[in-house]
Amino acid sequence: MINLDSKIPEGPIAEKWTNYKAHQKLVNPANKRRLDVIVVGTGLAGASAAASLGEMGFRVFNFCIQDSPRRAHSIAAQGGINAAKNYQNDGDSVYRLFYDTVKGGDYRAREANVYRLAEVANAIIDQCVAQGVPFAREYGGMLDNRSFGGAQVSRTFYAKGQTGQQLLLGAYSALSRQVGIGTVKLYTRYEMLDVVLVEGRARGIIARNLVTGKLERFAAHAVVIATGGYGNAYFLSTNAMGCNATAAVSCYRKGAVFANPAFVQIHPTCIPVHGDKQSKLTLMSESLRNDGRIWVPKKKEDAEKLQAGTLKGSDIPEEDRDYYLERRYPAFGNLVPRDVASRAAKERCDAGHGVNNTGLAVFLDFSEAIGRLGLDVVLQRYGNLFDMYEEITDVNPGELAREVNGVKYYNPMMIYPAIHYTMGGIWVDYELQTTIKGLFAIGECNFSDHGANRLGASALMQGLADGYFVLPYTIQNYLADQITVPRFSTDLPEFAEAEKAWHNRIDKIMSIQGSKSVDTIHKKVGHIMWEYMGMGRTKEGLQKGLEELKKARHEYETDLFIPGSKEGMNIELEKAIRLYDFILIGELVAHDALNREESCGGHFREEHQTEEGEAKRDDANYFYVSCWEYQGDDKTMPVLHKEPLVYEAIKVQTRNYKA
Amino acid sequence: MEKNISFKLKVWRQNGPKEKGRFEIYEMKDISGDTSFLEMLDILNEQLVSQRKEPVAFDHDCREGICGMCSLYINGHPHGPASAATTCQIYMRRFKDGDTITVEPWRSAGFPVIKDLIVDRTSYDKIMQAGGFVSVRTGAPQDANAILIPKPIADEAMDAASCIGCGACVAACKNGSAMLFVSAKVSQLNLLPQGKPEALRRAKAMLSKMDELGFGNCTNTRACEAECPKCISISNIARLNRDFIKAKLND
Repeated sequence: MINLDSKIPEGPIAEKWTNYKAHQKLVNPANKRRLDVIVVGTGLAGASAAASLGEMGFRVFNFCIQDSPRRAHSIAAQGGINAAKNYQNDGDSVYRLFYDTVKGGDYRAREANVYRLAEVANAIIDQCVAQGVPFAREYGGMLDNRSFGGAQVSRTFYAKGQTGQQLLLGAYSALSRQVGIGTVKLYTRYEMLDVVLVEGRARGIIARNLVTGKLERFAAHAVVIATGGYGNAYFLSTNAMGCNATAAVSCYRKGAVFANPAFVQIHPTCIPVHGDKQSKLTLMSESLRNDGRIWVPKKKEDAEKLQAGTLKGSDIPEEDRDYYLERRYPAFGNLVPRDVASRAAKERCDAGHGVNNTGLAVFLDFSEAIGRLGLDVVLQRYGNLFDMYEEITDVNPGELAREVNGVKYYNPMMIYPAIHYTMGGIWVDYELQTTIKGLFAIGECNFSDHGANRLGASALMQGLADGYFVLPYTIQNYLADQITVPRFSTDLPEFAEAEKAWHNRIDKIMSIQGSKSVDTIHKKVGHIMWEYMGMGRTKEGLQKGLEELKKARHEYETDLFIPGSKEGMNIELEKAIRLYDFILIGELVAHDALNREESCGGHFREEHQTEEGEAKRDDANYFYVSCWEYQGDDKTMPVLHKEPLVYEAIKVQTRNYKA
Repeated sequence: MEKNISFKLKVWRQNGPKEKGRFEIYEMKDISGDTSFLEMLDILNEQLVSQRKEPVAFDHDCREGICGMCSLYINGHPHGPASAATTCQIYMRRFKDGDTITVEPWRSAGFPVIKDLIVDRTSYDKIMQAGGFVSVRTGAPQDANAILIPKPIADEAMDAASCIGCGACVAACKNGSAMLFVSAKVSQLNLLPQGKPEALRRAKAMLSKMDELGFGNCTNTRACEAECPKCISISNIARLNRDFIKAKLND
């Protein structure tokens, strides 16, 4: 029986977390040494959790698939991290950060979790500064801030365009310190394949050593997964190549319910797709929208010429440019949330105003900013992003293209939305515990804080909040009952069975010996998902998508080819294992999107929109978290459970970024 | 549109750490200039798999120049011909039709080959574990603005902190020294007030660990600085040496 008790503490919203901490159970130092915790993943959430738990005295085993914990994809986050410090004296507060996050998530997040997130955000900044994270500073020596989408205050802390890198290296430093002391043991180039349950509790994992190919067993009193999102199911995304959902899917298969899989974030400012050999999409930081203006040509003829390559963006005079975000959303302009900006771009391209040879791109222009601030200031802010753009596209956005009557036209960037982040994930309660006892999920791989859409600079905030300040407390409430439980042996039959099942699965994959490479099938899956489960979804499309995914799975099961053997390093086998689980995730996304007959945040059902093309939510019928329970890989549809959303502090409204 | 190019790829293949390696030559045809170097290797691997052969193993992850996972010695240069870019940020428009492109793993005693182009860089993690941190507990430190840090100091620390730990400096160095890597981390932390209390201890601990792991020493050839994809300056090495000498004098 699935129990969806969210365990939200009593009391007014601002006191819930304080009350929780005051009354939760703790583990004394001598007992901590006897308790083992497995943390899978070394991104912001995983590294900060492993470091903090190790420092508290638990024995921690920390796993990552890369060669070093520092490679985790948190490192690629560019823009920044939010906190309600109000250093800018622009009226920010914990409540406002909480409110903006709930509103940005289109009122589909769990209120109490979001408040706690906003509440601990300030401590993250303090913690990181103390670790030596070199945030950007003003000349007076104070920390600097910038603005991000969905907010009217400047609350984003940043370190050049490399904030994720610096925060991750901070957490990696803290983790390294614990590894040096001996409280944390690191397992690099290991991939978690399964969670092992003993008497209904998570007691360990099966992991594959990616160098030797061997399956190994690890036991602990609790398991924490911090393994990121499932964006790579779409093949092309801003995720790193290795990002995958296998650890999360293994938990789902064992009974952890999966929440809101349809809530996928499509980031508006990525470099457009250029060809079928492309392996990933590169994000251009949202911070560019602070000064860059997004536009398409007003006239369709101009768009056609731009697509044919007979005109360049800089040839279009000011009066023929449609700054559609500023036109549609005067109050937030170019800084509307990501889902709104992405959909608006798609709407213009669908209407025939798109640019690039594909017609699937819009312009992001710095001419006005360079005129206002001077090229030097603009380059100081975005120089590294301009360089990155030029290396990839051969176009320099800081280059003057032409000057007409004193108006200077610079080369605009071309951008288009791409899969970036997944708000959906493993369901967790207020304690970040899944529906499996002793199994916790933190960071992007859980569903908790961003509702149907995540605001910029909030992923870093959530990862570090979970890892430094939330999980190290809440996990003790669980472990306090485990102090008399001795360490487990991995010889238990539950471990042997889980390992055996994986041996069989790997043997099966190796024995197909068909003709298609993993990437060939993955690209197909990606196309299906982008086409039917992307920015605009319909009932017919989703049903079609499900059929297509079924075909893709059949192709996988009958015609996949993996060279080499299962022993030793085999990169094709690694990818094949992940792809199978991506197909399962794809189906989950489709089931959830079909069920949710409304449009909210990143989930846009074309049947449900206003006359102006805005998302039309249905609070009367869909004010809940959809939680899916696994029934079988392809035979049975998952079963839907609902966690009703309860809002006490915020009045649920229609999102408005117009006025 | 740019013209597509065809070229020969000379790639190092090695089945395992103890096995003998060799170069294999592959013909690449009609590759678009907008293809990244790693996407070009993806194309090669798809070809190999379609011929039922094992693909070339290479490390890669973010493909946007920040994770430090990709490596590769391309035509004698770590991360290939471009300056200030990692291998994943190199595009094929930099190469010419008819070229022969040689691809090797990092060659250094500190980074043994695991397979093909993949090397073991865990020694970098070990150096970090020896002292690449500020000993601060998770909890409630003072307010982030309690200690003011002049912008030039913060900027200099940030420049040093840009190191991605890829190992190009070691691969470029004739001594196989990891001094640029160590000095970048030491500089970042030792420049900031938060890192000062442990500054000397840190310099000594990290350098000792580097020596212990078999990396060579610095003879100021500056190859590391020239090849570093993040333009880490060797002035960091000077700073590291100053702190190391101070630490030694205190002994």
